[in-house]
Amino acid sequence: MSWLTEPLQYGFMQRAMLEVLIIGALCGLVGSFVVLRGLAFIGDALAHAVFPGVVLSYLAGQSILVGAFGFGTLTALGIGLLARSRRVSEDTAIGVIFAAFFALGVVILSRQGGFRRDLGSLLFGNILGVSMTDVIVTAVIAAAVAVIVAALLKEFTLASFDPVMARTLGYPVFALDLLLLLLVAATIVVSLQTVGNILVLALVVTPPATARLLTDRLLRMMGLSMLTAMGAGIAGLYLSYHLGTAAGATIVLTATVLFLLALVFAPNHGLVAGWVHRRRGHHHAHHYHPAGEEAADAASR
Amino acid sequence: MAVAYGHNLAVCDVTAEVPRGSVVGLIGPNGSGKSTLLKAIAGSVPLSAGSIRFGGQPAGRFAGRIAYVPQREEVNWDFPVTARDVVAMGRYRALGWLRWPGRRERAAADAALAALGLEGMGDRHITQFSGGQQQRIFLARAMVQEPELVLLDEPFTGVDVRNREVFHAQIHRFAEAGVTVLVATHDLDEVRATTTHVLLLNRRMVAFGPTAATFTPANLRAAFGGQVAVFEQVPVFERAP
Repeated sequence: MSWLTEPLQYGFMQRAMLEVLIIGALCGLVGSFVVLRGLAFIGDALAHAVFPGVVLSYLAGQSILVGAFGFGTLTALGIGLLARSRRVSEDTAIGVIFAAFFALGVVILSRQGGFRRDLGSLLFGNILGVSMTDVIVTAVIAAAVAVIVAALLKEFTLASFDPVMARTLGYPVFALDLLLLLLVAATIVVSLQTVGNILVLALVVTPPATARLLTDRLLRMMGLSMLTAMGAGIAGLYLSYHLGTAAGATIVLTATVLFLLALVFAPNHGLVAGWVHRRRGHHHAHHYHPAGEEAADAASR
Repeated sequence: MAVAYGHNLAVCDVTAEVPRGSVVGLIGPNGSGKSTLLKAIAGSVPLSAGSIRFGGQPAGRFAGRIAYVPQREEVNWDFPVTARDVVAMGRYRALGWLRWPGRRERAAADAALAALGLEGMGDRHITQFSGGQQQRIFLARAMVQEPELVLLDEPFTGVDVRNREVFHAQIHRFAEAGVTVLVATHDLDEVRATTTHVLLLNRRMVAFGPTAATFTPANLRAAFGGQVAVFEQVPVFERAP
């Protein structure tokens, strides 16, 4: 029992627990669309591209959220516009830009003393160092993002599932896509403090991917995804406390273990279920989609 | 009107006046611009020249009254939606912003599915259907939308006889209700059985008019270029009317 209660006597652990619950809920929610839209690479690009903003506000003694939001917004808009023009190879352009931005952040930081220590906390996050103000700011942003997602869930669903129909119905699909990118950017930015630039993507992608294996319903997927991310956050914090490991990385690995469990044991999509299914000789129309892979390809483009 | 992607002109010189309640076959070889033309009419790709008007109104005012039945490659099959969810999307525009499909929308979706022979299957994920059944789900979505114009993109590709019958019957019901139907197909067998008009297309409009007068070997040859052998084997031309 003390295994569970002992860490909670420290204020920094209490704040970390709160922070990780909020971040988990937010990443689980927004991450569902990242996974369903195939935006993982764009999310990674965003996480790296905001690094100069993080560094600049850190050096200016500001909350890292300030600079990160500035660069996050710019990058999200840039990627949105890039995706609209058909002439550039989107992946390549994003790859070039985000690597350059990331390098820029490292160069700015390396001009300062104490480079290595700072770099470490910025790259890998410092959840045990969050202040109560950080927690409140995170909660406010998470609530705002959640309200927008809830209000536009129908429109995001349609634009993600069948953009041609969405345009036919007169929905502003480009604006919806941009807004979604901005929400992803906001999610990544507020999660940076927890796990850092490099690992933040795992929080956004792994829990929703786990949830997708467990259900074929959107709302259930979002709920499970949020629970998985929050659970991985809390479990990861306890583990890191007792094992003396880095908090952010332990959280990510906990989420990965949950994903692997779902991959093997999920009732319909899991490896065991698939194996049992084939052994019983079920070859009927269940999960019949000859063009499914092409469709997924096309959708992710 | 015309549509271009970048510098590539996809379709041009299309001029047609389609009477309300008619069933228009959009006919041409692969790559002739049938899908592009449908998407332009749907408002999903912009026109590079010309205009589209519906009953004298500009196209923008008509959004929501056009139902589009996509080719299967165009939707995200991995998305966690059931057949009922997909059909209910047909009601989104009528619901407006900030409102979710409720009992009435679900009932309408189930009724449309049942009318197309998919009774009681609304709870299944869309990948748990055969290809033909999946097309029927999208047709059901078009039905609950209560449209004035229905656009069908290659509905007869790779589907079985049962499915063709379901589509034929529904196209008839649309036409009887005064709904205009545009159906893109390269399946020439379907044309005479289903359409009142044809629009022959090969990057540009080859011919447009009532099926009986326009669906002629000469026009088909013009639209399909060298692939003459293909359609001269089609028995409908030899058959007495």
